[in-house]
Amino acid sequence: MSMTLVEKIIADHANLAEVHAGEIVVVHPDLVLANELSGILAIETFFRHGRDHIFDPDQWVFVPDHFVPARDIRAANTARRFREFAYENGIQKYYELGRGGIEHVLLPQEGLIWPGALVMGGDSHTCTYGALGAFAIGVGSTDLAALMVSGELWLSVPETVQIVYRGTPSPWVEGKDMILYTLGQIGGDGAHGQVMEFHGALLRTLSAADRFTMCNMAVEGGAMTGIIPPDAVTQAYIVAHGNKYYDEKALSTTYGNAHKIIDIDITGLEPQVAQPFSPANSVPVSAIGDVPLDQVMIGYCTNGRLEDLRRAAHILAGRSVHPHTRLLITPGSQQVYQQASAEGLLDIFLAAGAMISPPSCGACLGGHLGVLGAGETALSTTNRNFVGRVGDVKSRVYLSNPTVAAASAVAGRIIAPQELPGLVSHPQQVIPTTELWSPLEVTA
Amino acid sequence: MIEGHVWKYGDNVDTDVILPGRYVSLTNPADLAQHCLEDLDAEFAQHVRPGDIIVAGSNFGCGSSREMAPLAIQGSGISCVIAASFAPIFYRNAINIGLPILVTQQVAAETKQGDILNVDLLTGRVENVLNRRIFQAEPFPLLLNDIIRSGGLLPYLTNNRQGLK
Repeated sequence: MSMTLVEKIIADHANLAEVHAGEIVVVHPDLVLANELSGILAIETFFRHGRDHIFDPDQWVFVPDHFVPARDIRAANTARRFREFAYENGIQKYYELGRGGIEHVLLPQEGLIWPGALVMGGDSHTCTYGALGAFAIGVGSTDLAALMVSGELWLSVPETVQIVYRGTPSPWVEGKDMILYTLGQIGGDGAHGQVMEFHGALLRTLSAADRFTMCNMAVEGGAMTGIIPPDAVTQAYIVAHGNKYYDEKALSTTYGNAHKIIDIDITGLEPQVAQPFSPANSVPVSAIGDVPLDQVMIGYCTNGRLEDLRRAAHILAGRSVHPHTRLLITPGSQQVYQQASAEGLLDIFLAAGAMISPPSCGACLGGHLGVLGAGETALSTTNRNFVGRVGDVKSRVYLSNPTVAAASAVAGRIIAPQELPGLVSHPQQVIPTTELWSPLEVTA
Repeated sequence: MIEGHVWKYGDNVDTDVILPGRYVSLTNPADLAQHCLEDLDAEFAQHVRPGDIIVAGSNFGCGSSREMAPLAIQGSGISCVIAASFAPIFYRNAINIGLPILVTQQVAAETKQGDILNVDLLTGRVENVLNRRIFQAEPFPLLLNDIIRSGGLLPYLTNNRQGLK
């Protein structure tokens, strides 16, 4: 019986010849991620059950990124205990502040993710790594504690739904718009417990940054994770970042198998904006109406990569943030921050009147570094706009791509970028002039 | 057998409203319980009684993987969460920490706020005490049943030294 890409990856990590959707299996992940919040609860659970040293320190990566730099004394003590546990257990892949960043930008950049890898992380957006052809899922803290005990964990093998994009969108469309539109089409629970496997001619030409953004938000469609079968773009990324070798031939036998196929026609698609209070509540930016903005947030794990900051800088160069609006820029990692500095992007942001935040999950989850007050409205490039997500229960959050966010910061209300005078083209049009070679076209 | 009053909610109750991000640095269930469902139903934490039951629609616990959300529910004394479906990570978390959950579309569709349910967790039988209607929840896979019977994943691993099988 043929397997899907994800079934193949799971079988390889369960020591089984075949696995199929619906089965419960025990897998040994290549990599397990903890941040200081999911990690501290796991560490407490681990100790409470009489354990002291973890099964395999090399399996782990520890990234403090949520409430750091410490927002208060409790957060400082959480980060301290998390750090001490890493040191005591000999976890080499511990990324201190100033040498790391936001986990989902950091891990691929550090070469820790590769096609065919099985990754578990104590964070729901672990699904981001599917962009490189890994099977990566978010788990809870007791899951992490069990992985500390034995290095393995149970898993329900998911079905795969192929999302196949057809047609050519407007030149202002980015990966963020494709995933927001997809969520709008299928709903916030449209891929319940399944894997969203992304396909289509346009997808093959998307940059790795756009792919990370898309897979990052698979969980917002109710999916267990998202994945993109590896191709030339994947190959170029992993060569550039020193990621591990993978067996392309073994994986490629599984491409094309799926439990369900959903066609998404993106012909003429406009940039999308998700309205409160669901990422699946997306509409074209032209239909958004008059939405004045108190705050605009660009960056984070969804859109905090160098390509994203370049797009924002292209819009903001020579322009100023609206007097009634605050703009926060949060680079996804220390490396992104440094590269943005070297390219002069930070100078553009500062001159425009933006505030640059350290790489941290920060306000995205209502933690610190820019949470919203009662009645305030924000446009954000993050992944969630649930009630109270970014601060006060009476605040409202809209979601968009970085280009729309930057243009809207200038206008002080949500606008399409081309509404700004003097802006003629997208800074980094995602539809390239030459098609990249790819063996993986889905013809179904 | 458990019996309790129903707190009824709709579809897509996310973990941000179950336990808002501003409180996720708390880890003690009793502390978390003070903020349980704060951004969805401010009445809940004040009036919930031990043994009460949450009944919800589809995709309960979607969003963040924060285990503080099921811990807050557990700390509130909720005896069982019954939903038409659970988000994948919340489902894992509830089973792993020993918070009883049952999956059934019917109970979600036919139960009101304030109803009294009688629940047999071993068989998945649910009875509405007010109108004597009886429902049957979906069974759990074998391994998950064993984890549930052990009271959670870490107790299971303590009882089964050879690990997950």
